[in-house]
Amino acid sequence: MGSLGTVSPQAMHFAEPLRLQSGAHLGDYTLMYETYGTLNAERSNAVLICHALNASHHVAGTYAGEPKSAGWWDNMVGPGKPVDTDRFFVIGVNNLGSCFGSTGPMHTNPATGKPYGAAFPLLTVEDWVAAQARLADRLGIEQFAAVMGGSLGGMQALSWSILFPARLRHCIVIASTPKLSAQNIAFNDVARQAILTDPDYHGGDFYEHGVVPKNGLKVARMVGHITYLSNDDMAEKFGRKLRNAAETNDYQFDFGIDFEIESYLRYQGDKFSEYFDANTYLLITKALDYFDPAREHGGDLTRALAATQAQFLIASFTTDWRFSPERSREIVEALISNRRKVTYAEIDAPHGHDAFLLEDARYMGVVRAYYDRIWEEATKEGA
Amino acid sequence: MKFEDLTTLRPDLAFIADWVGEGSHVLDVGCGDGAMLRYLETGKRCTGYGIEIADDKVLESTRRGISVIQHDMEEGLDLFGDNAFDTVLCLSSLQMMLHVEARLRDIVRVGAEAIVSFPNFAYWPHRVALLKGRMPVSRTLPYQWFDTPNVRYATIYDFKELAEECGLEVLEYVALAEGKPVTFLPNLRGSLAVFRLRKKAKHA
Repeated sequence: MGSLGTVSPQAMHFAEPLRLQSGAHLGDYTLMYETYGTLNAERSNAVLICHALNASHHVAGTYAGEPKSAGWWDNMVGPGKPVDTDRFFVIGVNNLGSCFGSTGPMHTNPATGKPYGAAFPLLTVEDWVAAQARLADRLGIEQFAAVMGGSLGGMQALSWSILFPARLRHCIVIASTPKLSAQNIAFNDVARQAILTDPDYHGGDFYEHGVVPKNGLKVARMVGHITYLSNDDMAEKFGRKLRNAAETNDYQFDFGIDFEIESYLRYQGDKFSEYFDANTYLLITKALDYFDPAREHGGDLTRALAATQAQFLIASFTTDWRFSPERSREIVEALISNRRKVTYAEIDAPHGHDAFLLEDARYMGVVRAYYDRIWEEATKEGA
Repeated sequence: MKFEDLTTLRPDLAFIADWVGEGSHVLDVGCGDGAMLRYLETGKRCTGYGIEIADDKVLESTRRGISVIQHDMEEGLDLFGDNAFDTVLCLSSLQMMLHVEARLRDIVRVGAEAIVSFPNFAYWPHRVALLKGRMPVSRTLPYQWFDTPNVRYATIYDFKELAEECGLEVLEYVALAEGKPVTFLPNLRGSLAVFRLRKKAKHA
């Protein structure tokens, strides 16, 4: 089992406008993507990996000369890994509106000659999937062996099964949900308010002012980060440990950093605000909030999933309170009502929502077993 | 999976598989490694789901390619609709349930027919062990009293009574010894009790 080694991103340009769910159009856009492995002659071994909030098309492998640039799901995707690139042709794609190369709010709006900023149209999970489908068309992939994602990426996978039922044989949805709860939306709005009220935000046009709403982004990330970790995990990692434990090990009686957890969150927030775009953060959290495929079926998820044809693997983590196992079970229940083939694993892992990105033998084992099965099916059909 | 493979692997399952109708929609509660459901899918064109709580069993079932749902049956069968299945299998797992009656009522709710098996506590070697003043340990009850996952013990007669109380009609039952049916003195000579049950028609 090894890493993919050096990989490199590619860009695909689309001239025909994409009609968005909001009614707006996005004309002339670019999608960044990476591919690993080889597409077989039947074009039947493609796997699409959908990313979550702060990730990108860089799923696995490293960039030349940057040994620390491993992709965000490098433990999952690679030669001999659960998603085995010796068998599958794996595609990672950066969603529209993101800040890792695909057309986004920081790029020039052809209509004004200035960066889009807040004028960049809001996108939905369904819009992303529609854009991904166009990329698949261009790559000559009629049907994916699997579309897979965790968290927001899982929503995209689920959406694929609804919007393009015949274009995927398997749908793999990890640590995800059929819709956000009021609590989820509340956290997202706190994050958005932090950005929107940062004086450096300038109504979204901060690019022209040569500034970045760093404080807003930082607070947004801090709030988000809390929801990714479990209470137990935080207690174990940080507890009430003081940052100056080695020296005075006493309170400072000011508003600086007393506790380790404060230091950790601020560090995470600072790091994030260095590379992430504020407008991207805003629009992605909105896409999360809007996702609710059952909405147009009177809230009935069973009906929303009635058109699906894929087989499903759904996985959740016991300590994930952001998108709890209960939310995954809603998907499972709706699939069962539709008599879809579905495997559901509820992984007893301590790391909260973040567990979907981490190494865990039971989790990796189930995903590997599932992909072995996809492979067996594919080779049987080919024989 | 071929019938012969199942016969070698699990003779009791092979016997029970005969009772499941061709093309049935099946729920296998406590599906273990998924061998039974896999056989029913490939050998008898059945569809359906397995429920399993143990991580290692979920993994094995996933490998076999069945639809396995990781779920604690003690939490009930709310995932499944009323009358969703032609047949509910509950094989050698009911004795591990704390609330046997509630679970049986769940089974009645979701299925038209049920096949339930459990170790027969009245099997003669068990009786001999008790006569000697010891808890029985046998191939169907392979655990010591202090480390057994089984929390409920029943005999064929006991279960028959409860099943009828829960709204099930006993279509037939057999006692198996080494996977083969025992017809003479089954409650004494059979180590595994297998019941074929049907939901009683509601009285108007």
